[in-house]
Amino acid sequence: MNNIFVYCEIENGNVEDVSLEILSKGRKLANQLNCKLEAVVIGTQLNNIESQLFPYGVDVIHVADDPRLYPYTTLSHAAVVVNVFKEEKPEIALFGATSVGRDLAPRVASALKCGLTADCTSLVIGDHTENKTGTEYKNLLYQIRPAFGGNIIATIINPDTRPQMATVREGVMKKEIVSTTYQGIVKKVDIGAFITDEDFIVKIIERHIEEQKINIKSAPIIVAGGYGVGSKENFKLLYDLADLVGGQVGASRAAVDAGYVDHARQVGQTGVTVRPKLYIACGISGAVQHRAGMDQSVQIISINNDPNAPINLIADYTIIGNVSDVIPKMIRYYKENSK
Amino acid sequence: MSFRIIVLAKQVPDTRNVGKDAMKADGTVNRAALPAIFNPEDLNALEQALRIKDKMKDAEVIILTMGPTRASEIIREAMYRGADRGYLITDRKFAGSDTLATSYTISLAVKKLAPYHLIISGRQAIDGDTAQVGPQAAEKLGIPQITYAEDVQSVENNIVTVKRRLERGVEVVSCPMPALITVHSSAPACRNRNSKLLMKFKHARAVTELQEETKDYTELHSHRPYLKIEEWSVADLDADFEMLGLTGSPTKVKKIENVILQQKDSKVISSDDKEVEALMVELINNHVIG
Ligand SMILES: Cc1cc2nc3c(=O)[nH]c(=O)nc-3n(C[C@H](O)[C@H](O)[C@H](O)COP(=O)(O)OP(=O)(O)OC[C@H]3O[C@@H](n4cnc5c(N)ncnc54)[C@H](O)[C@@H]3O)c2cc1C
Ligand SMILES: Nc1ncnc2c1ncn2[C@@H]1O[C@H](COP(=O)(O)O)[C@@H](O)[C@H]1O
Repeated sequence: MNNIFVYCEIENGNVEDVSLEILSKGRKLANQLNCKLEAVVIGTQLNNIESQLFPYGVDVIHVADDPRLYPYTTLSHAAVVVNVFKEEKPEIALFGATSVGRDLAPRVASALKCGLTADCTSLVIGDHTENKTGTEYKNLLYQIRPAFGGNIIATIINPDTRPQMATVREGVMKKEIVSTTYQGIVKKVDIGAFITDEDFIVKIIERHIEEQKINIKSAPIIVAGGYGVGSKENFKLLYDLADLVGGQVGASRAAVDAGYVDHARQVGQTGVTVRPKLYIACGISGAVQHRAGMDQSVQIISINNDPNAPINLIADYTIIGNVSDVIPKMIRYYKENSK
Repeated sequence: MSFRIIVLAKQVPDTRNVGKDAMKADGTVNRAALPAIFNPEDLNALEQALRIKDKMKDAEVIILTMGPTRASEIIREAMYRGADRGYLITDRKFAGSDTLATSYTISLAVKKLAPYHLIISGRQAIDGDTAQVGPQAAEKLGIPQITYAEDVQSVENNIVTVKRRLERGVEVVSCPMPALITVHSSAPACRNRNSKLLMKFKHARAVTELQEETKDYTELHSHRPYLKIEEWSVADLDADFEMLGLTGSPTKVKKIENVILQQKDSKVISSDDKEVEALMVELINNHVIG
């Protein structure tokens, strides 16, 4: 009762990164609320799944293992989650803001008649006083998310319904192992009691999931290019610099739209969210939709020929200049000065 | 019995073109400064419905929208592109609805339009980007959902087959009807207005709209009943008041912050060799790189 639940996504027997990120956040919230962290894992051949989950500080794993439960389909997974939640009465329930999480969570929230906040970028515990009634609420989950096309940041709460449900964006929470020896328990879900044949009326006829080839999310350094880079050829400079410093190349949407780079590298509201230790923005103006995906970077360098580009306002260093001039210099001086 | 497709469409402020005046001094959104548009993915949804209608002689496309009186603009817009008729769900009691209350209200309206075969909605509305109303309406109606559709490939023998666009791939799925489909922006764009339909429907009006008109439509509408946009209020839906509007919305907005750029302590340098070298040395020494 009153614990924190995380729905874990599985692909080819592995727990997806986004779920591990959310578990890491869930662990911290659980410590703060002094409650347990529980995971719900639904799929097939999950015999050893606990070895992937316990290190993240999971106290209880609810496993629903059945060949029909993989790949994911909405109705069957919703039936399991709804019933587990009815029995366990979570305080908080978190899902990835992914194709799966955003398909599943609303269905579950509707069945349980509880509130759901999509696409959170931050979760905080806090109190609340209802203005009209003066009712005080302790330890609510503040669900913080960009809204209105990224122009505002809204804090949403669910004072009266449980669980407090949210989907969380990929890449915004940090994946952190608590201890490689952390031990929890595994509970088998009694599938027969929860799902019927009706839950399998949606049939998957074909499925092509690509292994994520390019993954800029976990790169410690990102050299990102925008429309100001000017061409696909000029982007080569960015790859050179990224290779040299052990980073990855990212991009703004304008650069992706212009065909300079692959969409998998897009950073921002409609791309990935990154928080590297260094983000080098080359020829990027810094529109709000772009900043939404990178403003949590530890350090930011902007290379821009416009001293008034908005990106400069959030940069630690701004180099006023031409991308094709500055990057070769950075490469040269890095080589000369690094040991 | 005809093949009935209900398209859910929402009128939204155009959040993609937010100018300086779009935010009020107190940090709230100045909706008046933003043009109201047909939610982009709902147009993709409409196109999927119209394509089914193109292939089937007896299909009808009904557009359903919940919003203020003005939202009937998008019902007309849909009719100009080929929708047969529309319903405006409007009542002050719906104000403040979150996705749960919205989907509840929409599901009641849909039930009044039974029997139906398909409900097609957009994936998400750009004012909130939640993508919740479709799946929640499906749950309330007790029907399966197929999200992120890129192509409704076939509707045959009471089975619908859909290609879905996922983050990292595609899936083709099928299920019996009725079903709810949400349509992704990667689906084909909506066809343009048809000039004949524009002429036919330009005087279509909802009741409350007529009250605001200076022109008298009584004659016209009595001759051409198809120009009357049906309007439903709480009284027309068999609703549980507790589940409507603000009361029926478990999520509350605690705080709204305007996104303001804060000036960081920032070093500005030129592209001069010396300065770039000094920066690289600093980054190396601080272990930021290397
Ligand atoms: C709903 C929505 C979602 C969006 N999602 C995203 C998203 O996820 N990610 C994203 O990035 N954008 C997104 N956008 C687009 C975003 O609004 C901007 O249009 C985009 O980020 C601009 O890209 P840019 O900075 O590369 O291009 P521009 O705005 O054209 O800026 C180019 C910059 O390069 C500089 N420059 C030009 N030439 C040179 C040179 N030779 N050397 C140095 N500097 C030079 C210019 O001064 C300028 O600052 C979204 C928009 C919408 C409406
Ligand atoms: N008020 C509304 N009226 C009609 N359809 C709606 C309404 N709100 C949401 N929808 C539909 O639900 C989809 C998802 O909306 P949302 O959950 O708000 O992102 C939209 O693309 C519409 O098709």
